[in-house]
Amino acid sequence: MKFGALAVVVALALTACGSTSNNTGSTQKPPPTATLKPLDKVGAGEGQLNLIAWEGYVDDSWAKPFTQQTGCVISSKYAGSSDEMVSLMKNGGGGQYDMVSASGDADLRLIYSGDVRPMNEKLIPDWNNFQTFFKNPPYNTINGVHYGISLQWGPNTLLYSTTKFPNKPTSWEVIYDQANKGLITVPDNPIQIADAALYLSKTQPKLGIKDPYELKKNQFDAAVQLLTQQRPLIKKYWALASEEIQLFQARDVVVGAAWPYQTIQLKAAGVKVDETIPSEGATGWGDTWMLATKAPHPNCAYLWTQYVSTAKIQAEQALFFGETPVNTQACAQMEALQAGSCAQYHADAPGSYFDTIRFWKTPISTCSDGSQTCIPYADWVSAWTTIKG
Amino acid sequence: MTLLITAFWAIDPFTTQIVQVWNTDNFQRILNEPAYHSIITRTVVMAALVTVTDAVLAFPFAYFMARVASRRVQTLLFAAVLLPLWASYLARVYAWILILNHSGLLNWSLQSIGLPAANIGYTNVAMWVVFSYIWLPFMIIPTYAALERVPESLLEAAADLGARRWRAVRDVVLPLALPGVVAGSIFTFSLTLGDYITPILVGGAGSSFIGNVVYANVGIANNIPFAAALAIVPVAIMAVYLLIAQRLGAFEAL
Amino acid sequence: MEGFWTRMLLRLWVALILAFLFTPIVLIFVYAFNTSNIQSWPIPGFTTKWFASTWDDPDVRRALTLSLQAGLTATGLALVLGSCAAFAIHRMTWFGREVVSLLFVLPLALPGIVTGIALNAFFSFGGISLSVWTIVVGHTTFCIVVVYNNVLARLRRTQGSLIEAAMDLGANGFQVFRDITLPLISTSIVAGAMLAFALSFDEVIVTTFTAGAQNTLPLWIFGAIRLGQRLPEVNVVVSFVILVTIIPVLIAARLTGGGGTGRVPAAR
Repeated sequence: MKFGALAVVVALALTACGSTSNNTGSTQKPPPTATLKPLDKVGAGEGQLNLIAWEGYVDDSWAKPFTQQTGCVISSKYAGSSDEMVSLMKNGGGGQYDMVSASGDADLRLIYSGDVRPMNEKLIPDWNNFQTFFKNPPYNTINGVHYGISLQWGPNTLLYSTTKFPNKPTSWEVIYDQANKGLITVPDNPIQIADAALYLSKTQPKLGIKDPYELKKNQFDAAVQLLTQQRPLIKKYWALASEEIQLFQARDVVVGAAWPYQTIQLKAAGVKVDETIPSEGATGWGDTWMLATKAPHPNCAYLWTQYVSTAKIQAEQALFFGETPVNTQACAQMEALQAGSCAQYHADAPGSYFDTIRFWKTPISTCSDGSQTCIPYADWVSAWTTIKG
Repeated sequence: MTLLITAFWAIDPFTTQIVQVWNTDNFQRILNEPAYHSIITRTVVMAALVTVTDAVLAFPFAYFMARVASRRVQTLLFAAVLLPLWASYLARVYAWILILNHSGLLNWSLQSIGLPAANIGYTNVAMWVVFSYIWLPFMIIPTYAALERVPESLLEAAADLGARRWRAVRDVVLPLALPGVVAGSIFTFSLTLGDYITPILVGGAGSSFIGNVVYANVGIANNIPFAAALAIVPVAIMAVYLLIAQRLGAFEAL
Repeated sequence: MEGFWTRMLLRLWVALILAFLFTPIVLIFVYAFNTSNIQSWPIPGFTTKWFASTWDDPDVRRALTLSLQAGLTATGLALVLGSCAAFAIHRMTWFGREVVSLLFVLPLALPGIVTGIALNAFFSFGGISLSVWTIVVGHTTFCIVVVYNNVLARLRRTQGSLIEAAMDLGANGFQVFRDITLPLISTSIVAGAMLAFALSFDEVIVTTFTAGAQNTLPLWIFGAIRLGQRLPEVNVVVSFVILVTIIPVLIAARLTGGGGTGRVPAAR
């Protein structure tokens, strides 16, 4: 024991001295698992499926029928953040987990650390019905290899109290405005820097921000500076969706960045709020079911991916969570379950719509022009810590 | 066997992540970046504040239990202190949000008796209240145990020597109860120091704790070394704290 | 004895502290009946629908069962290991004793996040897949300390003369242990076990990093709180747990706290 506790201190000290190495690499560089051949045929289920998911992504209402159909018994673990998903998936899921419903800000990290492996989209019949953008989105497809199958997406909207703002705000400016001091909430997520960058790309064109996830030093510093100025205006950085709901419910805040989920819940509870996508556009998240490199139940994993890609399940999940299906056929199903929901969630949006949404992707040091001058995610995390103080 | 299991977690396992280049960059980053200073200061000050608050709250309570209450009341009070430990930590913290937020129970009560609203929801004050609440039983129990062991005869002797009751409490009971209070403080201090969930739930902007930053850095594989560097801070603080506590004889009273 | 006013002040103080301790718990009880899944003051309406939905929720049952299993196993292991360690340390007389006992307390004092990450990295390094057993190991690390401390504290207060007297009267080592030592330390073992189980039952941080695809009750609660769709179910479960534990807690309090510790004559 004595040595043990000494060891912890020594090892902590040594580890702390280890330098931060760069293994994110470039989008051109093939990820470690690029050469692993995916299944070419889905076999019989293994009877078990272990998932890491967002809360509400493996709801009993559609998970139970799946188990009845395939015999794959699901045990799911709900993660609280993308960071938690990444740490749980370390070492290829550790031979424990089969799949993770990762968001775009985690995908490249998972891909380049070799924790997920390529998937064969030909085994997913509904893939052909996907919105074109979501067949090969840059956050999960590299050099034409699919490291997962897209699931759902949603925009990060501006949520506001209609009592305070009788007129719909048209700009993200309201969350940087002194007038709303102490009444603003934004997500507690380093990827929030991209939202600031998106805003700056419109309000300060001189900075030349083209992609809010590929920021050069001066662009990054400008975004961080904007967020540092915003910091005294913030009531709370929300980490859980329910927190933001409570914040609006109790009138602690009147405006903030949110998911459509919060709007739906608040409206259902009769709170006077509404949401909008301001003129600068919005960031968005796209979630992907990714297969762990050491997945012990690959067949069940493919069966699950097939199942959740079908129009019916896509529609059910979309309405449960307040997000948008990637399967274009889901529109009719959504209408059947809740009239008007297809258009409300933009499930029928034309391809051009996706140019206004900037989907989360892990910032890496290689810019799309091949230079190494972009600020990688690790720096986003430490900058975010500094901003929040 | 014990040695084995404890050593397991102790032989620290960050090894999987150690990068082969040794340097002190991470420590320098902590030393040079003011944000980390304020986070570390906030965490330590909060832990100290919570510890003092709990000691103040707990002492008269434990004194009543040990010296005044009948045996029956003693049992009931002891159970009342233990019982909250069985109500989920998360649920209790969440209940506090309902009390402290803008239209919460506290403001509602204040307004109904004509007082101005106290807007302490989502601030460091809220964290202070909630932490003090959550860890209070861990202070009451050892303090009570220590007070209970103070022989009544000592107090009588003090009284015989002409000491007034308050003076006897101060000069006789307090020193004898100190190890218990210090033992309780090990809990309140270390539990506050290592927490990252209460800051998330009830803290406002600018409420990050060391644990939050460690947690944020763990997710990014390459920053495990930095997380480890930061994690050394609470470990080192606790090591020093425990050494002092041991001097004060707190281990006998744990 | 204390004067009248002192006693009154103390009573008032105790009442205030009790109100402080129990207000959130009363809220948890009340909001188990909330009609909305968003908690707001005052409560918008009462319903019992969450009781039915909680009862039918297989996730809740699985989580509760797992928490009980993990808690009982970890407590059991900690009882054996912790008491053995306490006996060993108690007998030690060499100069390193202080250091060793310091090192024994350290794990309890380590921030949960450090223990959690360390264990997680250790398991993945050793190729051990996360399961109920890794949860148990994680919980045992801090449960041991609790038991160890309780037992050691009692042993220190136990007079060696009692044991010597028994020896003089011809009792062998086992008899001494069974007839003298065990009865003397039994309440401290019960107290240690209660505290250890309570800690394990409510542990979130270490469990996050050591649980596999399983959810313990606190992990389930954290999940339910995140989106808040089933928030009242959390209150239902917590209320249920409190109600179920009242009796055992009272018994334990009577055994160990309500005049227990101080009033065992030999323990003085």
